[in-house]
Amino acid sequence: MLSERDPDGLELAERVLRHAEALGATQAEVLVDEAESRLTRFANSEIHQNVAESNTMVNLRFVDERRVGCASTNRTDDEALRRLAESAARIARFMPEADEAVHLPGPAPIAYVHGAAAPATADATPEFRAAAAREVIAAADAAGVQAYGSFTTDLERVALANSLGVRAQEARTWSQLLTVAMGSAGEAGYAEAAAVDCTAIDVAAVGREAADKARSARAPVSVPPGDYPVVLEPYAVVDLLDMLGYLGFSALAVQEGRSFFEPGKVIGSPLVTIVDDAEDLAGAPISFDYEGTPKRRVPLVEAGVCREAVYDAQTAARAGRESTGHGLPAPNPYGPFPLNMIMSAGTASREELIGGLERGLLVTRFHYTNPVHPKLVIVTGMTRDGTFLVEHGRIVGPVRNLRFTQSYLDALAGVQAVGRERRLLRGFLGASLVPALRIGAFTFTGATEH
Amino acid sequence: MPELTDRALDTAVQRGATFADVRQTRRADESIAIKSGRVEGVTFGDSEGFGVRVLVDGAWGFAASNRLTAAEADRVAAEAVRIARASATALRHRVELDSRPPAHGTYRTPVVEDPFALSVERKVGDLLAADEAMRRVPGIGFTEVRYDAQREWKTYAANDGSLVEQEISHVGAVIEANAVQGDDIQRRSYPDSAAAGGYEWVRDLDLAGNGERVASQAMALLAAPQCPPMRTTVILHPSQLYMQVHESCGHPCELDRVFGTEASYAGTSFLTPDGLGTFRYGSELIDIVADATVPGGLGTFGWDDEGVAAQRVPLIEAGRHVGYLTSRETAPRIGAQSGGAMRADGWNRIPLIRMTNINLLPRPGMSFDDIVADTDEGLLLATNRSWSIDDRRLNFQFATEMGWQVKGGKIGQLYKNPTYTGITYEFWGSCDAVADERSYTLFGTPNCGKGEPGQIGHVGHGASGARFRDVQVGVGKW
Repeated sequence: MLSERDPDGLELAERVLRHAEALGATQAEVLVDEAESRLTRFANSEIHQNVAESNTMVNLRFVDERRVGCASTNRTDDEALRRLAESAARIARFMPEADEAVHLPGPAPIAYVHGAAAPATADATPEFRAAAAREVIAAADAAGVQAYGSFTTDLERVALANSLGVRAQEARTWSQLLTVAMGSAGEAGYAEAAAVDCTAIDVAAVGREAADKARSARAPVSVPPGDYPVVLEPYAVVDLLDMLGYLGFSALAVQEGRSFFEPGKVIGSPLVTIVDDAEDLAGAPISFDYEGTPKRRVPLVEAGVCREAVYDAQTAARAGRESTGHGLPAPNPYGPFPLNMIMSAGTASREELIGGLERGLLVTRFHYTNPVHPKLVIVTGMTRDGTFLVEHGRIVGPVRNLRFTQSYLDALAGVQAVGRERRLLRGFLGASLVPALRIGAFTFTGATEH
Repeated sequence: MPELTDRALDTAVQRGATFADVRQTRRADESIAIKSGRVEGVTFGDSEGFGVRVLVDGAWGFAASNRLTAAEADRVAAEAVRIARASATALRHRVELDSRPPAHGTYRTPVVEDPFALSVERKVGDLLAADEAMRRVPGIGFTEVRYDAQREWKTYAANDGSLVEQEISHVGAVIEANAVQGDDIQRRSYPDSAAAGGYEWVRDLDLAGNGERVASQAMALLAAPQCPPMRTTVILHPSQLYMQVHESCGHPCELDRVFGTEASYAGTSFLTPDGLGTFRYGSELIDIVADATVPGGLGTFGWDDEGVAAQRVPLIEAGRHVGYLTSRETAPRIGAQSGGAMRADGWNRIPLIRMTNINLLPRPGMSFDDIVADTDEGLLLATNRSWSIDDRRLNFQFATEMGWQVKGGKIGQLYKNPTYTGITYEFWGSCDAVADERSYTLFGTPNCGKGEPGQIGHVGHGASGARFRDVQVGVGKW
């Protein structure tokens, strides 16, 4: 339910702040994250796991001049909250004094977005999720394949208070349906949809898309590894954005010299524009970050040119500028991250993207990608759940999966066309809105047996 | 604790559960992160709650909460039953569990020096000393030191009368030096591992004593030539071999994955039951066990999270696939009893089949140094840097931090960005030497991801080093 189940999150945060101040904190920040998470999972066309969780995490950043201690608990009684403050204070007191001052953000007006939460998602029942699973399974049955996947309906209530006067509170919901349809010979197809409002997901369409793709993936042939032009479906493109965001778009990565990112540097084709925009209602909108700073739209790459990285309070202070509202819960040695990336749509239909391949590959999805060289963004991974050979602009048939070892920067530079349709997808770095891409060359370095 | 677990079990059964179990868990964790001489974060976390798992009409339901009250025990148990009834509307096979006897007892990780009793000041001091040792090497770009300790107090109860209490303690640490020049960045770390035990494990690492070596090697990597592409002999140091075992043996031996229940996320497995006992996984030198009883492993415990006692289960014997990591639900499907591999990432997650300690057993005969000396031409690869494997666990590619040319039995030229790739059973089939126990090391992997919602598993791997012939190295364009 969108109405709070525990005491109001901000009220909890205020209580912890008072404990911290009583213990001598020169600054303090409290994050209260209340979660109602539900997930129904299916495999072999039946529900095999089905879970629900209620939890409230209270996180305190206790600052004593240039020393910081952090502690968290999921107990919300007053005794536990006092112990929380004592733990954080004890840690801070033992710390060596840091060379640089600790920067918590000051209060700034938050323009709350409308659409961060949907009652239907907050109130989704196990019967609702089970009905969706049955619908996906029915689509698989109709295609003679089996369905595997999950349906998530999550509610998160985030409250943030700090001793400088920041007060922020917001309910957020998230829903995601994903499915792999798989046939008896292992042929597979993937589909996914995500939304703030779970009733906006066209369950039957997701089931049909995966089942149809699995059916078209039967009897794959081998193609040799090598360089191929590719069309990457949005499910693959989201991995490009995630890796770029993880390895390069963070101000901390830039400050430490481990990022490719330099303002003004050309890294992509002129067709590539990526922003981080938490206010765009087509994405998964939120109003503030985990430091209580209002989210700001950040142009990451415009027409192929690096523009601006994302900052939290500490990296912004180092750079002598304002936070862009991309802080994560403290302590955070990893730095700020873009969690709401949006890639601009192009003009090409899916058919036009594929039609532009003289001889290339259509890739549905990547699997188990990992950086081989972080600064060059050389990544290796596999294709899965639908890889097809395209000749003379037409899909010839399915191919066995391939391993790629490819610089994602070179891939961005090689973008030849951008799809006009986009999908909201959950990568490992948040919710991204992404189109399909046609890329001039992609390096495949190995092959597997399916 | 028994009051709450009894209450939840009673309510679940009254509501219609034919099987119910409850895990009440408290987890304390402490982490310290240091970056380039600056203490980036010290945090202490405390999380407690309970989860109720039920079978109703042959279908699973699970609910969990952080509120430890009788009323919440009733609510959560009722919710688990309701969820199971919803699961039953999309069920094709009723879940049947094996018939293990009720579990009773206690288990506690042996700890010499309690990491939670040591002052933060002391631990930070040790870690800062290691960081300083790395930064003394000229030219280093940035350094990182991380330390983690975790302790769980777990009560397991089931409606068959089982009641088990365990206290599990884990510690982990790594130092890391990064050399940066232009577009290049080279990392060298030590040991990036973890263990069951106390702070004595961290002390024995001698992090400060290894700081200068690690940083100097990072700088050497910057100046080293790129690893050339070729097919050659590869000698894997234990610091890489453990990850090879993890990805290409541990995961494919998870029987839930074999039966497709992870297909939509991490994938399935090439080790299908029709090959059990006959499939040639590797050369005759390969013996791999799943051993939850070995001291010091991240996969060591008294009972798994289904109340099944810790066991030592052969997975690969003389190169043949002979066993799986199993649960009470999956084991009967291959005519077996659970091997006790079900573990949950805290009170708010269901147990899944997880690796315990997946150990490649050392072979008497050649030491690791003997293997190097016995190699005319090849590459010695050490310390994992990245990993990737396909969704059936066949095509893998790993990168390591260090790669040295081996020529005439001697270690020579250092290469940067070394990678190697292959097909799992072909690669293990090409193994012609496994080192003896002198280099055998038990590593800890505290970041093994699995399941939806995501779970992070703590698993162990023993390895002594091994040699593989005709392997593709130097993958990609550089």
